[in-house]
Amino acid sequence: MTTVSAAPSEVAHHISTVAVARTLANRSLMRIRRIPGAIVPTVAMPVFLLISFSGAFSSVVNIPGFPTDSILSWVAPYAVIQGSAFAGVGASQAVASDLENGFYDRLLMSPSSRFSLMLGPLSAAMVRVLLPFTVVLAVAAIGGLELTEGVRGLLMLLLTAEGVALIATFYGLALVYKFRTQRSGSLVQVGIFVVMFLSVGQVPLAVMKGWLHGVATLNPMTNILRMARQGFVDQITWADTWPGLLVILVGTLLFGRWAYRNLLRLTEE
Amino acid sequence: MSAVTEASAGAEFHAQPFAQIRVLARRSVLATLRQPPVWFPAILFPLLLAAVNAAAFNRATALPGFPPVDSFFDFLLPASMIQGVMFGAVAGGSDIALDIEDGFFERLLAAPIWRPSILVGRLAGGAALGAIQALLFIGVFSLFGARIHSGVPGFLVLVLLAMVMAIAIGGVTAAVGVRTGSQETVQNSFPLIFILLFLSSAFFPTQLMTGVYQQVAEANPITWVIDAARHLVVVGWSWSEAAVALGTAGTLAVLSVSMAARQLRKRLAAS
Repeated sequence: MTTVSAAPSEVAHHISTVAVARTLANRSLMRIRRIPGAIVPTVAMPVFLLISFSGAFSSVVNIPGFPTDSILSWVAPYAVIQGSAFAGVGASQAVASDLENGFYDRLLMSPSSRFSLMLGPLSAAMVRVLLPFTVVLAVAAIGGLELTEGVRGLLMLLLTAEGVALIATFYGLALVYKFRTQRSGSLVQVGIFVVMFLSVGQVPLAVMKGWLHGVATLNPMTNILRMARQGFVDQITWADTWPGLLVILVGTLLFGRWAYRNLLRLTEE
Repeated sequence: MSAVTEASAGAEFHAQPFAQIRVLARRSVLATLRQPPVWFPAILFPLLLAAVNAAAFNRATALPGFPPVDSFFDFLLPASMIQGVMFGAVAGGSDIALDIEDGFFERLLAAPIWRPSILVGRLAGGAALGAIQALLFIGVFSLFGARIHSGVPGFLVLVLLAMVMAIAIGGVTAAVGVRTGSQETVQNSFPLIFILLFLSSAFFPTQLMTGVYQQVAEANPITWVIDAARHLVVVGWSWSEAAVALGTAGTLAVLSVSMAARQLRKRLAAS
């Protein structure tokens, strides 16, 4: 009796949280190779956004108050951030797929820590971010993208992109744990689209008019985009950095807590 | 007596392709209207996009080269209308695929009806929905100050244009739906159709674009349709612009319906 009851705890002791998370992350990343269509929102859509926006709206930089004369410098960070958000959605959708096919039930019965079940998709999302980051910037570079702060600007964008992926993954996981279906993905996508659309994604606050100005001012995504764009349209400053960092921190804590609570509920049922 | 009446009514129905088309078109319209998740995005998304773009780009109307508009809503009206029609057309193609998936298509084939009515009925239903969408968009845009400077003739052309574009885009999605019999494939074709709209003058004038993008947009037939319709909205009545809008849309409709008819013939031959 003692031997039997001791066995699971002993096993749990030996399974490292990091090892489980790494295995789950690898499993999630393997989906990219097996289902290439699943990364369309992460890579193809941001590239399309970059090309279509910079092509169609190239003249908006001539509007007085626009902070740069290069439409690519304005759009490229926006496209990378959008791709990063969808990298998070993709990682959470991999979990939804596992929930639908029953694999996740087996994970829940295993002695692995609950934290590792979340750390796996989070790690996968953070790796996935590198896809839109490299592809979008490569396409933008071909188009003549110029940086105002060189490598520091790229690192600032990468930092912001990882933060956005973190929040998006937690948001996606919270809904996936709640609805247990891949269909929750559309709900996650709509949320991301609306938040990005009602921000300074397209034009800066100085150019907006009416209701959108008020909404974009209050929208936390505005701070994130300001932080992301610093090394592309202007110099990097602490004043444009800390509000973005604060949004990422608060967003991670809030959505992380929501996701964790829903995971625990899933475990209890 | 009743059986005789029913039999004669049935025979009359079979002899009248127009009656069959009317019934199938009515079914198509009702099926769409009964599913808010289908028609709601087709109205909400173009309106949301118009609201955001109008607030974001209103100051762009002062840029040299921008068409003479009172507000960005005037500029966006034709594009938003066609965008809404595109959403609806995808739903129409998806419904054809659903008919194939759930076996209704096979039952239609087993019935002694005029075969092309299956396709024509669906496209006619799409055209009717296109007209409803056009009326709705014109109404909402008018509330926000948009005005059709060509008056009633321009208004009628816009409604007719929405119907013809519903057939043109519906023909493409119907072809995909008939060929694949898969709703998912029809849905996945939407981004390709949407790209056509983005690579046009729908959201910004081609005069203010540059480079390859401008060349692609100027060669895009959607640009010809939208620019001509836009002329009727922001400038005034012009026979030639009305002819370009309806003629281009009509040509696209003929091409796409031919494509759908070809796919239908193939499926009929295979069944």
